[in-house]
Amino acid sequence: MIIRGDEPEQIRLLRKLYKKGNYFMQGNEAVAYGALFAGCRFYAGYPITPSSEIAETMAKELPKLGGYYLQMEDEIASIAAMVGASWTGFKVMTATAGPGFSLMQENLGYAVMTETPLVLVDVQRSGPSTGQATKGAQGDFFQARWGTHGDHPIIAVSPTSVEDSFWETVRAFNIAEKLRTPVVVLFDGIIAHARERIRIPDPEEVEVTYRKLPANEEEAKLPFGDPHGDGVPPMPLFGHGYFTHVTGSTHKENGLRDVYTPEVHDRLVRRIHRKIEQNKHVYEKYEEYFTDDAEILVVSWGVTARPSLGAVLKAREEGIKVGLFVPKTVHPFPGERVRELSKKVRAILVPEMNLGQLILEVQRFVNDDVLLKGVNKIGGVPLTVEEILREIRGVA
Amino acid sequence: MAKEIYSTYPMVKYLRKEALPTALCPGCGGGTVLNAFANAVDQLKIDPRDLVVVSGIGCSAWIASPYFLADTLHTTHGRAIAFATGVKVGLPDKKVVVISGDGDLASIGGNHLIHAARRNIDITVILVNNFIYGMTGGQVAPTTPFGARTTTSPYRNIEHPLQISETVAAAGASYVARWTTAHVYQLIESIKKALTVKGFSLVEVISQCPVQFGRRNRMKEPAEMLRWFLKDSVPISKARNMSPEELEGKFVIGELVNRERPEFTEELNKLIDEVQEHFGLREE
Ligand SMILES: Cc1ncc(C[n+]2csc(CCOP(=O)(O)OP(=O)(O)O)c2C)c(N)n1
Ligand code: SF4
Repeated sequence: MIIRGDEPEQIRLLRKLYKKGNYFMQGNEAVAYGALFAGCRFYAGYPITPSSEIAETMAKELPKLGGYYLQMEDEIASIAAMVGASWTGFKVMTATAGPGFSLMQENLGYAVMTETPLVLVDVQRSGPSTGQATKGAQGDFFQARWGTHGDHPIIAVSPTSVEDSFWETVRAFNIAEKLRTPVVVLFDGIIAHARERIRIPDPEEVEVTYRKLPANEEEAKLPFGDPHGDGVPPMPLFGHGYFTHVTGSTHKENGLRDVYTPEVHDRLVRRIHRKIEQNKHVYEKYEEYFTDDAEILVVSWGVTARPSLGAVLKAREEGIKVGLFVPKTVHPFPGERVRELSKKVRAILVPEMNLGQLILEVQRFVNDDVLLKGVNKIGGVPLTVEEILREIRGVA
Repeated sequence: MAKEIYSTYPMVKYLRKEALPTALCPGCGGGTVLNAFANAVDQLKIDPRDLVVVSGIGCSAWIASPYFLADTLHTTHGRAIAFATGVKVGLPDKKVVVISGDGDLASIGGNHLIHAARRNIDITVILVNNFIYGMTGGQVAPTTPFGARTTTSPYRNIEHPLQISETVAAAGASYVARWTTAHVYQLIESIKKALTVKGFSLVEVISQCPVQFGRRNRMKEPAEMLRWFLKDSVPISKARNMSPEELEGKFVIGELVNRERPEFTEELNKLIDEVQEHFGLREE
């Protein structure tokens, strides 16, 4: 189901509007088209550089598909409206950048606690604060992970090219729907504004999922239960006469608040964690290049994965046995795979556009006898192949 | 004892029995508001399946959520109207109602209140104004009367209260009325109108919080607060001929506005029709 049972009509419209084939477009546009193909028909947002083209594309395209674009009074209202619309059955998205992402954190936690599917695109820009508004960065790695308060799991994906951002957005929607959870797309201002070739597929080439709905009245009475043992409760949408109660406070399986019984909180929060942990197959994704015989490993993500690959290719030409590991789902971090790979290498380099964030995740999975070194650059200019290559040569 | 009350209270059919009794203090105006709302729903014969009730955080947010038997969305502090906006766009044929407090809707959530009124989205807001942050222990609110004592204005309040209804009326709502918990029948009539009017509607209810406000302002008993509401209420028709000095500290009650203006979700859907028509996207 693409959106609330309207699949054939939506496929007809998508086909008519967006002919399959090659296009030249911006990363931000690719994110928007990915969302449209994934079935997103509700967008609520507030303008902020470098994300605004996502809002602009959605404002232009959504009405054609019968979808809703809302420009809200701020980012807090934007994510709130998304949660409201998600409970009526819509696939929902917003896009923002650092300052707006900060404002959304409280309601992102609300979405985690109420198990509300939504996709939040953070087009990372240089911070702290308003920083360099127009410049890309990778400084929100841990804000995505720990920005909202309390124990909570989070899923974040991070695209590496314009074409990739189309598909990673689709994937973000599918994960959100399958696991009834918010998903963050950790995008960045550089790919967001880069123009590249992208192939727009036929809608039938795009695998699209829709959330699990209650199979019967009994399931509908337990909006936060686990009737199938996969940790994912079916979602009794508003407007169907189920009298669903949703609260961000600690609640029992039937949705009613109980903030006094320790076991209720423990059961709820652990189940929300287990839901993510036991469904790795739904979201875990990484790419590996030349890791088989690598003696040096580069671990990089998002926009920096590209010059990293360039540097690895060049180094290989020079005979250096170096490999590359790129997590596409960055949270939860695929640490076990990094642990395995680390056992065969003597040095690990972590290039990123910040002062060292992903490297802290890597560090948790690597023994002290491996040399671990960050390759960091801030200021809004991406790392170059040469800069990373120099570091590889330095440890070769 | 409690059982007897449940079985004889006719509105109990609208309540979630497993969530009762309510957490409200004895004598709290919240019970009156819940009763008035249930009566309005009953008199209009609204099927609760056609209702979505959204609330924020605070004692007043609890009035209908979780107690009212409908789809209920209990949200974060101040954001109920923004959540409700998404619900209403998704379910334009349902009645979407927000019930919450003055701190919630007019302080931290004040921006959403003004902008929802400006958009004129078809949401009914019942704002319970008890002049105080009740739930957190009686701190000063943007509605606290000038000179009043609270836990964070222990000597006297030096700020001036926000005129909520007047502000929302100016922002563009279709319907705005203010009553007190001492005017129950008028309150029910206004809630009925608010639920029927197309567009944004606000019913501000001046309500007693004897525990956090009354106690510190020489009105320990709920009844004393109700007498104060009756004594200091001025019907809007009379208030129009009174000077600002004469109106100082008074509660202006009645309907402030009742007017037709284009409604947001209707305009949104009209726009989609126009765009689809323009691009030739209608079903062949
Ligand atoms: C973001 C945030 N800030 C503060 C609070 C604490 N808090 C809970 S209820 C409340 C005040 C509620 O006051 P009001 O809306 O007037 O409702 P009342 O309890 O008086 O009915 C506050 C400040 C919170 N829950 N969330
Ligand atoms: S503290 Fe005040 S507002 Fe809260 S329930 Fe008690 S009387 Fe009502």
